[in-house]
Amino acid sequence: MIRWRNAAAAASLLALGLSACATTGTTAPAKPAAQGAGKPAEKAEAKPLPKGLDGQASTGFPSTYQPLPSSPTVFTGATVLTATGQQIDNGVVFVSGGKISAVGGPDTPIPADVAVIDAKGKWITPGIIDAHSHLGVYPSPGVQARSDGNEATDPNTAQVWAEHSVWPQDPGFNRARAGGVTTLQILPGSANLFGGRSVTLKNVPALTMQGMKFPDAPYGLKMACGENPKRVYGGKGRSPSTAMGNVYGYRKAWIDAADYARKWDDYRAKQQKGEKADAPKRDLQLETLAGVLKGEILVQNHCYRADEEAVMIDIAKEFGYKVTMFHHAVESYKIAPLLAREGICSATWASWTGFKMESLDGIDANAAILWKNGACVVIHSDDPIMTQRLNQEAAIAMTAGNKLGYGISRAEAIKWITANPAKAMGIGDKTGSLEPGKAADLVVWSRDPFSVYAQAEKVFIDGALIYDRQDKRFQPKSDFELGQPGQGAFN
Amino acid sequence: MIRSLLLASAACALAFPAAAETVAIVNARIEPVSSAAIPNGVLVIKDGKIAAVGAGVAVPAGAKVIDAKGGVVTPGLVAPASNLSASEIGGVRETRDDGTGSALSAAFDIAYSVNPASPMIGLARDGGITSSAVTPVLSGSGGGAHEHADDGVVEEMTAGKDGSGDPPLFGGQAAFVRLKAGASDIVEASKLAVTVSLGESGARAAGGSRGADLVLIRSALEDARAFASRRAAFEQGATRDFGLSRLDLQALIPVVQGKTPLLIRVSRAADIRQALKLAADEKVRIILEGVEEGWLVAPEIAKAGVPVIVDPQADLPDSFEALGSRLDNAARLNAAGVTVAINGARDFNNLRQERLNAGLAVANGLPYAAGLASVTLIPARIWGQDGRIGSLDVGKVADVVVWNGDPLETTSWPLNVFVGGVEQPQDSRQTQLRDRYAASDQSGYPPAYR
Repeated sequence: MIRWRNAAAAASLLALGLSACATTGTTAPAKPAAQGAGKPAEKAEAKPLPKGLDGQASTGFPSTYQPLPSSPTVFTGATVLTATGQQIDNGVVFVSGGKISAVGGPDTPIPADVAVIDAKGKWITPGIIDAHSHLGVYPSPGVQARSDGNEATDPNTAQVWAEHSVWPQDPGFNRARAGGVTTLQILPGSANLFGGRSVTLKNVPALTMQGMKFPDAPYGLKMACGENPKRVYGGKGRSPSTAMGNVYGYRKAWIDAADYARKWDDYRAKQQKGEKADAPKRDLQLETLAGVLKGEILVQNHCYRADEEAVMIDIAKEFGYKVTMFHHAVESYKIAPLLAREGICSATWASWTGFKMESLDGIDANAAILWKNGACVVIHSDDPIMTQRLNQEAAIAMTAGNKLGYGISRAEAIKWITANPAKAMGIGDKTGSLEPGKAADLVVWSRDPFSVYAQAEKVFIDGALIYDRQDKRFQPKSDFELGQPGQGAFN
Repeated sequence: MIRSLLLASAACALAFPAAAETVAIVNARIEPVSSAAIPNGVLVIKDGKIAAVGAGVAVPAGAKVIDAKGGVVTPGLVAPASNLSASEIGGVRETRDDGTGSALSAAFDIAYSVNPASPMIGLARDGGITSSAVTPVLSGSGGGAHEHADDGVVEEMTAGKDGSGDPPLFGGQAAFVRLKAGASDIVEASKLAVTVSLGESGARAAGGSRGADLVLIRSALEDARAFASRRAAFEQGATRDFGLSRLDLQALIPVVQGKTPLLIRVSRAADIRQALKLAADEKVRIILEGVEEGWLVAPEIAKAGVPVIVDPQADLPDSFEALGSRLDNAARLNAAGVTVAINGARDFNNLRQERLNAGLAVANGLPYAAGLASVTLIPARIWGQDGRIGSLDVGKVADVVVWNGDPLETTSWPLNVFVGGVEQPQDSRQTQLRDRYAASDQSGYPPAYR
């Protein structure tokens, strides 16, 4: 939607790392920066590229998400975990216009004419965020006809986007919501070195993927280290078949991407100066990789072993991009200081270990040791069952640390499934913590959410009630579940 | 450096448990499981057995006293169906010994696969598990309860050989192990059941459909009866051809004699009904595992007196045979009078999940006492071990766990684990890795020296 007269502006946007193609916005793309929109574009009389040939101008697949109806509400009496490090007893949370308006102790002023929910004895947390999900792309039931998570036809499929595989009717979305999950990063699988783009979804029932798409969330690029790519392609007699083959594959792709980015930069620079220039042919694979090099797309890197993480960090340095988060990362505890220094998050489980060679050294204290070293911790699921109880998985991880005497509080551990994944998905300014101005994505729990007995009673997204354990009207069912034995029953 | 070496030798010293001694656990909430909880009691272990349990029990002179500080004492947890000790790393075939190729069917005996030195045993024990039924998987049917596709890549998790040929109809014979550290033999019992699958997996083993699966299973049982009664004729080649080999028929004899059960993996309500009918028609004992749609036919299962092993996390319609899966399956089955045991995860070496699964079932309506029994006494009973373990009754073998809190809770962990009255080391590959990297070491030497 950036028009041709703004091509030069787009070039400077690139320099600022603000490209529209990196976002999934509902609204108009970012306005051109003032200093770039002036004279050079007027001087340039180059013909605009035909529609679709300029990635910067692509309309993409914009979000059509609209918050469900909501009204201003005050929750009183609950124990509130804000995910900013605070636990507020007998707290007040005031929600209006789909946003958090106020959070505080019992003295927090409450407006007169708003609905009050007495949450005495309950706990309130931000909505749970699963940074690693395949809901929609590997939906239930798990049959070949809906096995859409891995484009396992080439080790580099950076050109595919997970959102084009999402089946919004996956009953798993409903189960996850009943577990308090309000936001999900849906990733392609790990068969490939470059699996494709992730998509961030609001966990609302919708007829289309676009109706779930989180507005203005950056894309992620799924990369995979280790056993999966070399097994999948080695098994086909192709490269990569070894760990060193994997690394060659990454580096070759980044060289191509850097070259592609340079060609477009040259083209736009010439355009800006009004010189005659031929645009490179748009390449979807290289466009995604170039988006990473420009800092617009976040690297979400499946990587189990510490030594392989260290290699991936060096590759990122060689090509000037940043790894945002290692996923699975069961050995991150071995290099916790390095990850803290590099500012890279680790998304992991607490309870899975030894199910494949590269997960052999997984320990329940992985998250706790990372935390102790000041590194960013995320507890993820990669699983449609575990995603329903990320609160319990975080509890296991917290407990493993407390067994070591770390004294990890609930106020800290809640960040692992809320604020930290939000940050690592590039939406930390919008959701993930209970702070004024952020989205009113929150869960009312029956009790301490770190208990095995805790249940999400009410779940809100943008201030709207989207699930209520006590009220059938707010227990949405997938089309698929109608007329089936379970009838969508999860309560 | 010197400190590191000292730590290392301390770790070695912990590797073998002390001999059985007289132990008194005091200041504990005791959950005998077979009877009501004792809010503040004493449990005495002597000569490897439970010598006394109660509120007013005296501490014997010379006993080692363990102050539970208000914690909870339970029987050691019993895993009702796992691959512990027969399988280590799901994705590494060389460590998978929990299933057979096409050479054997019912005769496959998992007791021969048990590795008492498996590093996964310490991990399980660290979660309060002191014994486990070890049950074969069907070759080609994946790792077990969840066929987890790691990050979307379908793993080759087939046990046994290279998976060529059709998977056999029967998985093989189950065993029972007790997790005694340092023991040369941990197999407590073998040939306890023969496993078989109905539904999608059974259909696959039978060449494509349920109709073939049930016919072949019934035929095999009929052959086993004929084989048992006409053994001499068989040896002389004077019987008709049987569908299974001599070894497989032999393994099915105790099943058709009603001595050992079939462990049937089944999900769909209609398939559960077929299993019940099979048991009635063939007069065989059965145990049902999986049973995701069990709540739909709970009164029928209860009436047949058939015990079930369920995974309370299984609430997704993740296959066409489990469309009715729901979180309160265990609670509904129990309410209908079905004997319910609760499983952890067969995969990921995550047997700790068993007690959390019991907690999840309790959160969804299962009474707490039933939840505790579902991971102790009931699995012990299902596998015929309840005469010795499964509850804290005087005279039973002292498989006992002291917890720092509610054993079904995420934030609890075992403080002391006893197997046969011997306190077990709380030591596993995982704890050693943890301690190596949690340690702060300024020696300048890499962690390998710690």
